[in-house]
Amino acid sequence: MKTLAERIAAHRPGLLRAIGGSAWPIALGFLFAYLMQTVLAPAVGDFYGKMMLDVGIAIVLGVSLNIVNGYGGQFSIGHAGFMAVGGYVAAAIVFYGSIKLWGSKDIHGGFLGPGELLLVTGCLVGGGFAALAGLVVGLPSLRLRGDYLAIVTLGFGEIVRVLLQQTDDVVMDPRKVEAASPIDLADNLGGALGFFGAPRYLDPKNPFWIWLFVVVVLLVAYRLKTSSRGRQLLAVRENEVAAEAVGVPTTRVKVSAFVLSAFFAGIGGGLYAHELGNSLRPTDLGFQKSIDLVIIVVLGGMGSITGVVVAATALTILPEVFREFSEYRMICYALALVLMMILRPQGLFGLRELWELAPWRKVFRRGGR
Amino acid sequence: MTAATAPALEADRLSIAFGGLKAVAELSLRVPARGLYGLIGPNGAGKTTVFNLLTGVYRPDSGEIRLAGTTVNGLRPNQIARAGLARTFQNIRLFGELNVLDNVRVAAAVRARSGLFRSLLRTPLYLAEEAAIVERSHELLDVLGIAHRAGEQAKSLPYGDQRRLEIARALATEPKVLLLDEPVAGMNTPEKKAMRSLIQSLRERFDVAILLIEHDMGLVMDICEHITVLDHGVTIATGEPAAVQNDPAVIEAYLGVPEGQAAIPDDDAEVT
Repeated sequence: MKTLAERIAAHRPGLLRAIGGSAWPIALGFLFAYLMQTVLAPAVGDFYGKMMLDVGIAIVLGVSLNIVNGYGGQFSIGHAGFMAVGGYVAAAIVFYGSIKLWGSKDIHGGFLGPGELLLVTGCLVGGGFAALAGLVVGLPSLRLRGDYLAIVTLGFGEIVRVLLQQTDDVVMDPRKVEAASPIDLADNLGGALGFFGAPRYLDPKNPFWIWLFVVVVLLVAYRLKTSSRGRQLLAVRENEVAAEAVGVPTTRVKVSAFVLSAFFAGIGGGLYAHELGNSLRPTDLGFQKSIDLVIIVVLGGMGSITGVVVAATALTILPEVFREFSEYRMICYALALVLMMILRPQGLFGLRELWELAPWRKVFRRGGR
Repeated sequence: MTAATAPALEADRLSIAFGGLKAVAELSLRVPARGLYGLIGPNGAGKTTVFNLLTGVYRPDSGEIRLAGTTVNGLRPNQIARAGLARTFQNIRLFGELNVLDNVRVAAAVRARSGLFRSLLRTPLYLAEEAAIVERSHELLDVLGIAHRAGEQAKSLPYGDQRRLEIARALATEPKVLLLDEPVAGMNTPEKKAMRSLIQSLRERFDVAILLIEHDMGLVMDICEHITVLDHGVTIATGEPAAVQNDPAVIEAYLGVPEGQAAIPDDDAEVT
C-alpha cells in the first residue's frame, strides 16, 4: 500500500484555491462583526447590547477552555487566572500607553481608530503573556496523568489573584506616567481595589472587536477539532496509552493545546478589561470565575463548539433574566452540575456539533466526518 | 550492521523486574524483515510485558532493543512508534468516542508534517496531507474489511471488528514491525480462519514483520516461522514450530509434570 508521503503530491490543491478556502471564513467574520456593529448594536439598545457583549466574551472564554477540558479531557480549573493575566497586561498597555502616546487616558479616535488599534495590540500581547503563563504551568503538570492539572491550575489562579492584590495603586497623573518607564509601571496595577480607569472602548454601541475575536476563536476551535492535530488531542482524551502507541507525542499535544487555550483566555481577559460596566478586580477573576467557565464547558458538551456557544449564551442571559433570584444562582449551578454528571456526563451535546444532532442530521447531510 | 541486512526487530538479553519479581529475564529474539515470529507461554508468563518493553511503555533494566539496526532503548512510546514499531492491545484500546475512520486517521497523521499553525491556516501542504490521510485510511479499512463501518463510533463496533480496527490503526502508522497481542482471542472458528489469512496477507501487502502473542496453539504452529516460549519470564524454548512443540520443557510448562497439578490460569498482567 502506498505510504502517506507517496500520496501527498496527488492531492496538492492550487495555491489560489487554498488561499481562498483558508481566507473566506475570516472575510465573512469581518463582515459579521461589522454588521453586529452597524446594524444590530444600534437596533437592540443598551441593555441588550451590554448583554450581548457579555455573551461574546463568555463565548471566547468558554470555547478556549473547551480546547483543554473538552477536546483534551484535561481538567483545568484556573482559566480565570489566564484571563486575569491577559486582562491586566492589556489594561496596563492601553491605559499607560494612551497616556504616554496621547497624554490622556480617554478614548482616542473613533471606530477602527488608533485607540482601538492600541486596544487590539493590548489584547494580543495580553494573550501572549497568558500563553507564556500557560507554558510555565502546563509543562510540568501535563507530563503527569490524572488530576494534577486541576490542582496546579487551581493553585495558579490563586497565585495570580494574590499577586495582583499586592500591586501598587494605578498612577493617574499623566506627568508621572510620562516620567516612569514601562517596567516601573508594571507594578502599578491597582492592588485589591482593582485596575480602574482603563478606557472602555467596548460598549453596547461598539462591539466590533468582541465579535471579531469570537469569530477567530470559533474558527480556530473548529479547524483544530477537524484537523489531525486536534484529532490527536481527542485521541489523548479517549485513551492516552493507545495515543502514545500510534505515535502521538501526548505531552507536546497537551501542552500546545493548553498554551493555545491560555492565549485566547488572555484575549478574553483583555476584552473583558475594556468593556463598559466591568470592574477589573483580582477577586472578580478568581476561583468563582473559573468555575463559571468550567460549568459552561461541562453543560455545553465536552468537545462541542456549538454546545459551548449555547451554554455560554444561556448562562450569561439566564442570571440577568432571573436577577431577583441571584442568591440562588450557585445552588442552581451546583444542582445542574450534579444532575448533568448523573444523567449526561458528556454534556448536553457531547462531542457533537449542533448540525450533527439527530433531528438535523437529515437537513445538514455531511459526508465523511 | 547496516539497515539493509539487519533484522527488522532484535531484542538482546532484555530483563526487567518489578520489585522482587523478575517479569522478564534475558529475553532475546530476532524477527527478520517480513518474518512471522510467535511468542507463546502460559498465562502470566510475561508475554505482554515483553510487548510493553519493546514499545517503550516499560524501560528494560538491562538489554538492548534494535529496530532495523537502530537502538531504540529509552525512547518514549510515541518515538518508538515513529521509528516503525506498531502494536495492538490484548484488552482493546480504541478511541471509543471517535468514529472508525477517525481512529485510523489519528494514526496515519503520524507521518504528516503539518503542525498546529499549518493546520489552523489550512495551507496547501496541510490540505494535501489531510486528503492523503483520508484516502489511505479508507484503503486500510477496506483491506481489514471494515470499510462499511467507517462512520460508526468505535466503541459500538462488534468485538471482532474492534480487533480489526486496532490492526488497521497500527498499520496506519506505516510500521516496519507489527506486534499483535492475542489477535484471535475470543473469536469463533470461522473468525479465526479469516484472521489467520488476514495476518498472513499483511506481510506482503505492507512489507511488515509480525511478532505475535497468541494462546491459540493451532494458529501459532500453523503460521509462525519461529517461536519463543516463555514461562515465568524465562525463555524455555526457541526454534521452529515443530521442534518447540515436542520440547519437554514446553510440554511441562503447559501441562505440568505428570504427578504434579496444572496451575490454575490467571489473566495476563497488562499495563493500565
